[in-house]
Amino acid sequence: MSSYWKRNQLRIAPWLFLAPGAAMFLVYVIIPIFQSLSISFYDWDGLGEAVYIGTENYVELIDDDAFYTSLKNNVIWLLLYLLAVPLGLFLAIFLNQTVRGIRIYKSLFFFPFVVSQVVVGLMFSWFYAPNFGLLYKLIELVTGNGIAILAEEDYVTYGIIVAGLWPQIAYVMILYITGLNNIAPDQVEAARLDGAKGLKMLWYVILPQLRPATFIAVVVTVIGALRSFDLVSIMTDGGPYGSSRVLSFYMYEQALSEYGFRMGYGAAIAVVLFAIMMVFISGFIWKMWRDETER
Amino acid sequence: MFPRPIDQTSPLTQRLYTIALPIALILWLLPLLGVAVTSVRPASDLAQGNYFGMPSYIAFENYISVFRDSDLGRYMVNSLKVTIPTVIGAVVLSCMTGFALGIYKFRSNLLVFFLFVAGNFVPFQILMVPVRDLTLDLGMYNSWTGLAMFHIAFQTGFCTLFMRNFIKALPFELIEAARVEGVSEIRIFWYIVLPLMKPAIAALSVLIFTFIWNDFFWATVLTTTKETQPITAGLSSLNGQWVAAWHLVSAGSILAALPPVLMFFLMQKHFIAGLTLGAVK
Repeated sequence: MSSYWKRNQLRIAPWLFLAPGAAMFLVYVIIPIFQSLSISFYDWDGLGEAVYIGTENYVELIDDDAFYTSLKNNVIWLLLYLLAVPLGLFLAIFLNQTVRGIRIYKSLFFFPFVVSQVVVGLMFSWFYAPNFGLLYKLIELVTGNGIAILAEEDYVTYGIIVAGLWPQIAYVMILYITGLNNIAPDQVEAARLDGAKGLKMLWYVILPQLRPATFIAVVVTVIGALRSFDLVSIMTDGGPYGSSRVLSFYMYEQALSEYGFRMGYGAAIAVVLFAIMMVFISGFIWKMWRDETER
Repeated sequence: MFPRPIDQTSPLTQRLYTIALPIALILWLLPLLGVAVTSVRPASDLAQGNYFGMPSYIAFENYISVFRDSDLGRYMVNSLKVTIPTVIGAVVLSCMTGFALGIYKFRSNLLVFFLFVAGNFVPFQILMVPVRDLTLDLGMYNSWTGLAMFHIAFQTGFCTLFMRNFIKALPFELIEAARVEGVSEIRIFWYIVLPLMKPAIAALSVLIFTFIWNDFFWATVLTTTKETQPITAGLSSLNGQWVAAWHLVSAGSILAALPPVLMFFLMQKHFIAGLTLGAVK
């Protein structure tokens, strides 16, 4: 036994070390993905017998207005959430200085990311609150009529996205501050001697060096946008009249709330969201794979 | 350095910068400041419409009443019960998986690695129904164990990515030298690699603590009663009870935000090192 181990440990050891973590990950993450795929072909209330109904759940989705509202809002989320990348870069450049106390400023600017989205949601609900919210008052002051952002179907999603951007910009900012700290100073100085400055310098000298930070910023922002659930749930609960739903929230609403326990239909919505995210995930993995195998 | 250091610019620009900095910060933190001030505003001020003026006195009683009259304290204990085992579990598991994937060359190495990475990005909703069923079957529904088990498993994905990249950057000669000396693989892990991983362990611990403390979705899916709900789910249901009692909502929010904020300020270096891993080549 011991001689067997001695001879083969290089081959066995990695699997030994992998086993506990991989088993947990398999049971709780990988297998459930396939189970959800399968459940999406059933009509199931979570308790009784599941009835196989083929693609009926998906057929129902095609005619479901709430599904399209959620899908549309997901697209809006994705597009506007990506603003966090340039805004975070702007903030990082603004703060990348060496004046006294700048470290404290950087940590305080980063603050929103540390706070739970539930708390962020409550803070912005207060900020937007009709009649006494700070923003409501400001709008009233300027236009004479206050707007209760979260009660207006046309504005509600944008109001929630702004709340989501707050911590996301902070996250992107910290990525770029780290990136800026690691830029080769000689290249910057050389470019400066050649007369490069301002936007030109940023575009041709700085941004290419910040590429790894930009990649991570885009990844976490895209994933964050499509995962948005907490803020919608806390700030509006999908309302008014379901106008601020996103796919993740609509799935939860269908599968596990007072509106019903339609596990199969919920799973079908989740599969659609999963398919959308897989497009991005495959892209990220493909790039990471290329980087790994190049080395 | 980019942008040009401010002390190399004209005195006017320097002056403007030092003025702009605090103004930008106040604007940036406006929602937070508003809530912080509201949390110490007496209820009578709100009743009289004094939302923005100076509070007529500093009402720490809001905090006392949040603790005394609601289950907030219990929710925070519940959060700790989920968060601490998750941090320990995920870090222990990923030290091992990271070691396996960072040190050994075997054929399916990259495949396993990217399975962890990809799993870490999937939407929670695709896992929701099966994980809830699994937790029910295990008899762990509505308990901290069920929630912690899921979090450990899911966070292992991100932690493996982190640990593997960290271990990969360690000098491999150390391990080769030990192998030549005939040190067993398990001893190499324990006596050579693990001591070098302390900074990574510290960074991951603070990150996972924050992620799990702030988790809301799984808290609502896997726990239902005040005996087990973590602070995020608890705060959400308290928000329903405290309709328009903004001084209480604010005090509760501040308290819920406090542990990760403290963690961040105490372990800032590790926190940022963890978050920005991979942001530089």
